[in-house]
Amino acid sequence: MRSVSVDLNNDASLLIDIPDALCERDKVKFTVHTKTTLSTFQKPEFSVPRQHEDFIWLHDTLVETEDYAGLIIPPAPPKPDFESPREKMHKLGEGEATMTKEEYAKMKQELEAEYLAVFKKTVQVHEIFLQRLSSHPMLSKDRNFQIFLEYDQDLSVRRKNAKEMFGGFFKNMVKSADEVLISGIKEVDDFFEQEKTFLLDYYSKIKDSTAKAEKMTRSHKSTTWNFFYLFIFLTLKLGKLSDLFEKLRKVEGRVASDQELKLTELLRYYMRDIQAAKDLLYRRARALADYENSNKALDKARLKSKDIPQAEEHQQQCLHKFDKLSESGKRELTGFKGRRVVAFRKNLIEMAELEIKHAKVSNIMTGSHAERVLLDSCVASDLSNSTWDPY
Amino acid sequence: MATSSERSPPPFPDSEDQYVLDSEEVGGRDCDEEDGEDLFMSAIEPPLTDTTLPTASQTSDDLLKPPSDIMNNPLNEPASGQTQNKPASAAVSEHSDDFIDLTNNVVATLKDATEISLDEPSDDFVDLLGSETEPPREEVVLADVSVEAVMGKSEVAGSDTDSPGDGKQEAKESSPVPIIDLSESSSSNTQQPPGTDKVFDPLADLLNDSPLITDAKNPRSTTTDPFIDEGSDLFSEPWQTKSAKQPQKSLFGEPDEDLFGEPLHTISKKTLNKEQKNKPVTTKAAADDTINITGPLQESKPVEPADLFSEEAVASAPSISNTSKASAVNAKTNGVLSEEDTDIFAEATVELSLDSPRTERKKEVIDKPSATALSLSAAASLTMPQAAALEELEEVEEEEQEDKFDIYVSVKDPEKIGDGMNAYMAYKVSTQTTLAMFRNKTFTVRRRFSDFLGLYEKLSEKHGPNGFIVPPPPEKSILGMTKVKVGKDDSSAADFVERRRGALERYLQRVVNHPSLLQDPDVREFLEREELPRAVSTQALSGAGFLKMINKATDAVSKMTIKMNESDVWFEEKLQEVESADQHFRKLHTLVESLVIHRKELSLNTASFAKSAAMLGSAEDNTALSRALSQLAEVEDKMEQLHQDQAANDTFSFAELIADFIRLLGAVRGSFDQRMKAWQRWQDAQAMLQKKRETEAKLLWANKPDKLQLAKEEIAEWEAKVTQYERDFERVSATVRKEVIRFEKEKAKHFKRQIVKYLESLLQSQQQLIKYWEAFLPEAKAIA
Repeated sequence: MRSVSVDLNNDASLLIDIPDALCERDKVKFTVHTKTTLSTFQKPEFSVPRQHEDFIWLHDTLVETEDYAGLIIPPAPPKPDFESPREKMHKLGEGEATMTKEEYAKMKQELEAEYLAVFKKTVQVHEIFLQRLSSHPMLSKDRNFQIFLEYDQDLSVRRKNAKEMFGGFFKNMVKSADEVLISGIKEVDDFFEQEKTFLLDYYSKIKDSTAKAEKMTRSHKSTTWNFFYLFIFLTLKLGKLSDLFEKLRKVEGRVASDQELKLTELLRYYMRDIQAAKDLLYRRARALADYENSNKALDKARLKSKDIPQAEEHQQQCLHKFDKLSESGKRELTGFKGRRVVAFRKNLIEMAELEIKHAKVSNIMTGSHAERVLLDSCVASDLSNSTWDPY
Repeated sequence: MATSSERSPPPFPDSEDQYVLDSEEVGGRDCDEEDGEDLFMSAIEPPLTDTTLPTASQTSDDLLKPPSDIMNNPLNEPASGQTQNKPASAAVSEHSDDFIDLTNNVVATLKDATEISLDEPSDDFVDLLGSETEPPREEVVLADVSVEAVMGKSEVAGSDTDSPGDGKQEAKESSPVPIIDLSESSSSNTQQPPGTDKVFDPLADLLNDSPLITDAKNPRSTTTDPFIDEGSDLFSEPWQTKSAKQPQKSLFGEPDEDLFGEPLHTISKKTLNKEQKNKPVTTKAAADDTINITGPLQESKPVEPADLFSEEAVASAPSISNTSKASAVNAKTNGVLSEEDTDIFAEATVELSLDSPRTERKKEVIDKPSATALSLSAAASLTMPQAAALEELEEVEEEEQEDKFDIYVSVKDPEKIGDGMNAYMAYKVSTQTTLAMFRNKTFTVRRRFSDFLGLYEKLSEKHGPNGFIVPPPPEKSILGMTKVKVGKDDSSAADFVERRRGALERYLQRVVNHPSLLQDPDVREFLEREELPRAVSTQALSGAGFLKMINKATDAVSKMTIKMNESDVWFEEKLQEVESADQHFRKLHTLVESLVIHRKELSLNTASFAKSAAMLGSAEDNTALSRALSQLAEVEDKMEQLHQDQAANDTFSFAELIADFIRLLGAVRGSFDQRMKAWQRWQDAQAMLQKKRETEAKLLWANKPDKLQLAKEEIAEWEAKVTQYERDFERVSATVRKEVIRFEKEKAKHFKRQIVKYLESLLQSQQQLIKYWEAFLPEAKAIA
């Protein structure tokens, strides 16, 4: 089940997917496959290798493009995190001596499955990023985006060096300070005023929810793992019951991962999306501040009767920019709202359906198993016998 | 003969039996009971033995026949059984088969039974299963009994009919004589038989004879002969009722009975039956009479058990309840020699038939050839060895079965008494029982934790050295108790109290379900007496506690120094099993505990998410989505509850059970240690004897007659001691063996019950989950 968190109105003119990805140590190479009818592309169909950093680069260039200031730039995909499964793998390797072969094999299998799940998820978020770009009327026409899709060599994007990293950090600082500063400016438009308070509030809430949901899924997973340990232990002891435990554990695991996919990922994505929307608001507020500053400058110039035309021009520019931002911002935010509701709806329905499905499956399993336990008088003796058995 | 062989475990043949009987009062009683049962069984069993291989056509005929036939057959068959000596088991197995499809699927029958029982609460269910698994052994017992019966019959036959062969023929020919004899014998015991008195002798002979046989081994049995006789009657019914009981409980309604009845008929296919039908009536009557006698008394309940039974009742508490139940059942049918009676019997036999067909088949194989040709004794000897091997197991199971039903102890309402560090928890110990040994049917006393410990101390002191596995109570927990004492009303303290309450309840139930421990006056006192002298020695920091510690240390040291060359492979293997099981249980316990911890964490996190989701819902500006989110929050809230319940469920279904078994395994090991100690004593005595002999030789050499006399006396003394210790050792070994087998049974049963319980709760929570999400789904869909 793909398409996690966003409902994308795929128009057939530009279809992007990531059919394949390769994991090389700490780098992940995605194969970005594009199918298009647009004439701006040389070929109707092509695939290029891209890395995570290329995605980040694309995102950053989009953010920095002046023209897109009035748009919600789709949030960049998070860095692939294979740390936790890798760490577990590592631990497994260490614990190899203390485990029996079966235990080790089972465990390894399980870890590989988890690794695969993380991998898939990573691919998916990257895919979504591209799909959102492609579905956006303006962003899909972006030159850099098209280069990203089409250029069949390594983009070999220059990695950010330490100074730039610091610069980015500094910029963020300035931005948030600026945000505080310009927050004093009186909002001229009720819509944006409302949007702003809503988004701020919503952002903090969704951030909290995301953290909580993450915690929940994590502990759900560790419960599953615990189940797994228990199962491993029981397999060796009581053949028949372990069967059930194994199945239950699998279902439980699926519940946990579905929950993560449908709920946590949704929340997480929208947390980032809201951040993007907030950025848009910031840019607009910045423009508003600029406009007011330019007004003041014009006033001053008039007072001094000096450089009036320049100031006027500047003021006009600022006004124009602000108006443009407001206009596209309004559109974007309304679109965002609709998108969010649709996405939540879809995901919540899916989650509820999955929960029901899993619960039913495990219910049937447990039921049939309970029946079997009841019918099969051997189970009890089996149980005791096998529990007695030394390895 | 049969009884003795049965008791003794294979390795230690005759001597053990004697020990058991002689030295242990309890054991002795048990034996008596069993004898009684056996005798009784013999009377009953004959029916089983009578039946030979059924043919389909016959079976159908039989089905048509009234249930009374069944009764007749059994009774009649004893006569035939004498000569034929066909194993009851064969017949039994066939019964079951006929029962359903007339094919030989015992399994099928079992399954059916279980399915039927599915509707009922799991407990009954488990019982059923337990009984099913047990059956095989019981069958063996029955077979043994039948053998005895056969023997008895032979005598009877001798008295009544000249030769066994005659008896057979008569039986086949529908000769009423043997049948009547049997019935009369039963009646004569109770001394109620009006018309059947004629054949009085045979019965008496039967009863007496069997006792005599056992007499050689058991002095006791002879003394209790009268009882045995009566007992046998009583018991016979209990037996049936026992078996009957379960079916009834399990909702095997009358239809079932009918089914069962039919199989029986089929069993009786042997041509004998048809003609014998007439006879059955008489036998039934006899049975009824005996039953009637007992019936009223028992039914009215322990109030006036004084008569014949009272003694027996006291001696064998578990059996009493059975008899009472039996009597109740009988009472219904009393005056009427109607079909109902037969039904009951039929059920009984059916139950027996449920037992493992394998052993019986084996017997068949063995028996059949011998059946007609061999003399009674020969047949007996053939069946005996097999039976002997399984006997113990059976006995154990029987005991279990008997015990389970008549006493139920619960520990409730923990209550904190006092303040500060002197505070303690008191629990309500309520007992429900039909046992006559208790004054009331239900009673409640208040006990504090140290009382439980004190009970254990007393019991382990008394019964530990004999090799009994005395169920251990939960350990003292200074940490947990301190929490409670400090009076923090937090969940961990409540959790602790609840855990302990459960553990104490299970502990007491284990004690009262142990047939020997239940007889202990301390147990009775604990359950019944209003005020109990305070147990002092249980305080961790008291002088007694210190002494105990020292004792334990010396024990440990001596254990290490004792190098026992194990002569019995069984014990060696079991000990190893116990050790490895202990390890496994410990590992399992930590796993389950961590699962519980994770679950609790999960429930906490779910709760916080639920809150957060609610907040998010309130922040959401789309009304439908906002609604959905707050609904989601609600669902998550409920999920939290589910997780919490599941955690509690894990704790109480698994973790606590496992902890129990870890403790019990300790007790099992303790019993092994006791056996080792007994062995050591014996060895020491032997070494001492050797030394004395050497000094005697020296004295002889030195020619010192005055000291020689003394030395001789000493030798005699030590010889006596050696034999005494050897006996002790063998007795302890036998007990340990029996106890370990019992323990294993118990373990399997408990685990099964717990698993079923666990699965049920799992099912429930899953269903809840489905419900919650299904309620949520429309909300999610309503988002527009």
